[in-house]
Amino acid sequence: MTSASAVEMKLSRRSLLAGSAATAGAFSFGFSVPFADEALAQGATPEINAWVVVQPDDKVVIRIARSEMGQGTLTGLAQLVAEELECDWAKVTTEYPTPGQNLARNRVWGNFSTGGSRGIRESHDYVRKGGAAARIMLVQAAAAEWKVPAAECSVAKGVITHKASGRSLRYGEVAAAAAKLSPPSEVPLKDPKDWTIAGKPLRRLDTADKTNGKKIYGMDFKLPGMLNAAIKDCPVFGGKVKSFDAAKIKDMPGVKHVVPVGDSAVAVVADTWWRAKTALDALPIVWDEGEHAKVSSESIAAWLKEGLDAPQAAVGNQVGDVKAAIAGAARTIEQVYSYPFQNHACMEVMNATALYTPERCEVWTPTQNGEAALAATAEASGLPLAKCEAYKIDLGGGFGRRGAVHDWIRQVVAIAKQIPGTPVKLIWSREEDMLHGRFHPVTQCKLTGALDKDGNLTGLHMRISGQSIVAGIFPQNIQNGRDPAVFQGLNPPGPEASIGYTIPNLLIDHAMRNPHVPPGFWRGVNLNQNTIYLECFIDELAHATGKDPLEFRRALMKSHPKHLAVLNAVAEKAGWGTKAPEGVYRGICQTMGFGSYVAAVAEVSVSPEGKLKVHKITAATDPGHAVNPAQIERQVEGSFVYGLSAALFGECTVKDGRIVEENFDSYPVMRLEDMPAVETVIVPSGGFWGGVGEPTIAVAAPAVLNAIFAATGKRVRSMPLRHADLRKA
Amino acid sequence: MAKLNINGKTIDVEVDGDTPLLWVIREQIGLTGTKYGCGVAQCGACTVHVDGVATRSCSMPVSAVTAEQKIVTIEGLSPDGSHPLQKAWIEHDVPQCGFCQSGMIMAAAAMLQANPKPSEADIAAEMTNICRCGTYNRVKAAIQQVAAGGELGRG
Repeated sequence: MTSASAVEMKLSRRSLLAGSAATAGAFSFGFSVPFADEALAQGATPEINAWVVVQPDDKVVIRIARSEMGQGTLTGLAQLVAEELECDWAKVTTEYPTPGQNLARNRVWGNFSTGGSRGIRESHDYVRKGGAAARIMLVQAAAAEWKVPAAECSVAKGVITHKASGRSLRYGEVAAAAAKLSPPSEVPLKDPKDWTIAGKPLRRLDTADKTNGKKIYGMDFKLPGMLNAAIKDCPVFGGKVKSFDAAKIKDMPGVKHVVPVGDSAVAVVADTWWRAKTALDALPIVWDEGEHAKVSSESIAAWLKEGLDAPQAAVGNQVGDVKAAIAGAARTIEQVYSYPFQNHACMEVMNATALYTPERCEVWTPTQNGEAALAATAEASGLPLAKCEAYKIDLGGGFGRRGAVHDWIRQVVAIAKQIPGTPVKLIWSREEDMLHGRFHPVTQCKLTGALDKDGNLTGLHMRISGQSIVAGIFPQNIQNGRDPAVFQGLNPPGPEASIGYTIPNLLIDHAMRNPHVPPGFWRGVNLNQNTIYLECFIDELAHATGKDPLEFRRALMKSHPKHLAVLNAVAEKAGWGTKAPEGVYRGICQTMGFGSYVAAVAEVSVSPEGKLKVHKITAATDPGHAVNPAQIERQVEGSFVYGLSAALFGECTVKDGRIVEENFDSYPVMRLEDMPAVETVIVPSGGFWGGVGEPTIAVAAPAVLNAIFAATGKRVRSMPLRHADLRKA
Repeated sequence: MAKLNINGKTIDVEVDGDTPLLWVIREQIGLTGTKYGCGVAQCGACTVHVDGVATRSCSMPVSAVTAEQKIVTIEGLSPDGSHPLQKAWIEHDVPQCGFCQSGMIMAAAAMLQANPKPSEADIAAEMTNICRCGTYNRVKAAIQQVAAGGELGRG
């Protein structure tokens, strides 16, 4: 896939049409949001800089480059800008610049990619500088009007004051003058301990319209004269359309067009989506299922199992001589774990609206990466980037599905190209969404632990076998068969996804086995299964040596103070070591990823019939800085829903080369009745910036699995739990 | 052709009788607050009230609704977003992505109308809508606040 950022851009500023979807709620295309110089000419409010527009009534519009998909990044990023801007938080609104504008302005808003829990941790510095620079310019403008030194002026809540003369001006009164000033060369930032807007548990900026039906998602988007499309792609990945009989459905109500989409899909375009779908369901399609039509979950599992002992494997982390340690051990323990395919199952299915003419192609879509969406639009339309635009619409869930691969954009553009001048909205059915996900990778892991006569861990070999997301999506990043991302949470000591234990002889390696089912970045990514593998096995070792699971970990964590601190924080909060309520058992685990340290204690009970109840989870997280503690709590709670949905229920199986589970009746997810109480402990230690949207997912399953062992003596090593017999051993 | 009473207005719609009520509401009537999530009455994103009863509109053909039956969508729950549940939802900052929340609120409103003081078990049994972001505990807290406030229901 071509990265939009890699493409040389020479866009005419005046040719750009900006994102009405995100900015004004006016959904007619062609709505123009001009740039600063043009805005001045037209009498509109100019921007102070790329991040900040102040209107005459003091309303502050903060530009947000990352995508809002529920995680709260829009509010958090606005808090960081507003903190440095010293504006009145009650007057803050936000808008998205478009990817086309970003490229035209030399990527002034930086990266649009919203994945890997990077929204805040990778842009906090430059967005805060944007707010601070705007504040300096606003103060300068006021000082110039008063003919006093700027250093004599103070500012609070959007009001600039010159104390000596008793004068004050509002931001809105000096915004036009400030916009004409040169940006400051020195932009110092506040010490986070002095924050008054950032760091506070503020409510989200975008809630009201989510309670009254006014919020427009991609699925709700409309253009004048728009048609609606439903699509079927070959259910076997890699298969093609052999033929379809359009004549059979062309007279059905509302049907306008029946069109091929690439060589693997067919779409029906109709006046309404329901009629398009109804006709598509009646369309005879003959598939050429291709070379993968015999693949099954069983054949994939057998291939991965072979990889557990294969001689060839890429090394992710190596210390000492693990073979010698195992050979010389007083005792060895070996176990195999596995983790299945998962679908993201965003509540809002994939969708996009496109308008193609030979001169221009525009797409409106929920995306986690506006620039990648623009690149996909350009590639699919065959038009240069300068003649394309992608307008971001807030997402009805993303979870990684809507970031790296924009397959649905390629489809809608392919359809729109066949009906130039007519806008068309493509909505996938839930069944299409389930069959054509970008799935959580499938892996197995064999763990071999070497123990000395005192029960100390002297060696550990973790052999991961299975799928590489990077090989599936960014194959150019695979070097000598090694996918560095596959070792997430298991890396040597360092700032990202490092293992929290010191083990004298350690080997973590990966035998890559890539089935034909396309992998994707699924919220939590490889930290999910790696944390299950390591943290459940560490628990096994603790029990095998008669040691308390917390104490066993602590002994290995002396050189990993940040990992240890969150583990201790959660243990203390959850009362580890104290008596649990009758029939309730605890499990504990920790990990590090997406720049943050996390740990959890789960409390479960298992009935004599084997029914599991997760009563409560206590979670600790150290993200370095906590930009909005209230939203971090919500991300932690949400992480348990996502992580436990997978652990308890989630599994996409493969039969005859295709995914079997087509809807929520066969792909169950957590509902309110399954939800444990969640207590969140936020322990930001400062000095670094970590993410919060994903890391906690990884500790959900192992905490519960370890608690189940405590309750039943049963060790579940393959997901999902619904297949396991949990009656007491 | 169908005659529907939606949010207090009687509307004639040109539509095939087997079209699900959801798609009539979204495509013919143009109210998009009611969402498509699964199409098989699993997720509840399409929940509306039909004569006060929470109904998964994706699986109800429009021909099964009479002109006398009162359909209420999220847009009609209150004139200005002031239903006690909507206010509680804002106070508790419940939504994340928000896509499922119309259905959540409509399901909760119907539940409280029938059972103004639901127990935790009642809430767990009635609130079967799917949320993938994970707002369940906030949904529960907002419902419990409204139930405790006694602003709803027949009493």
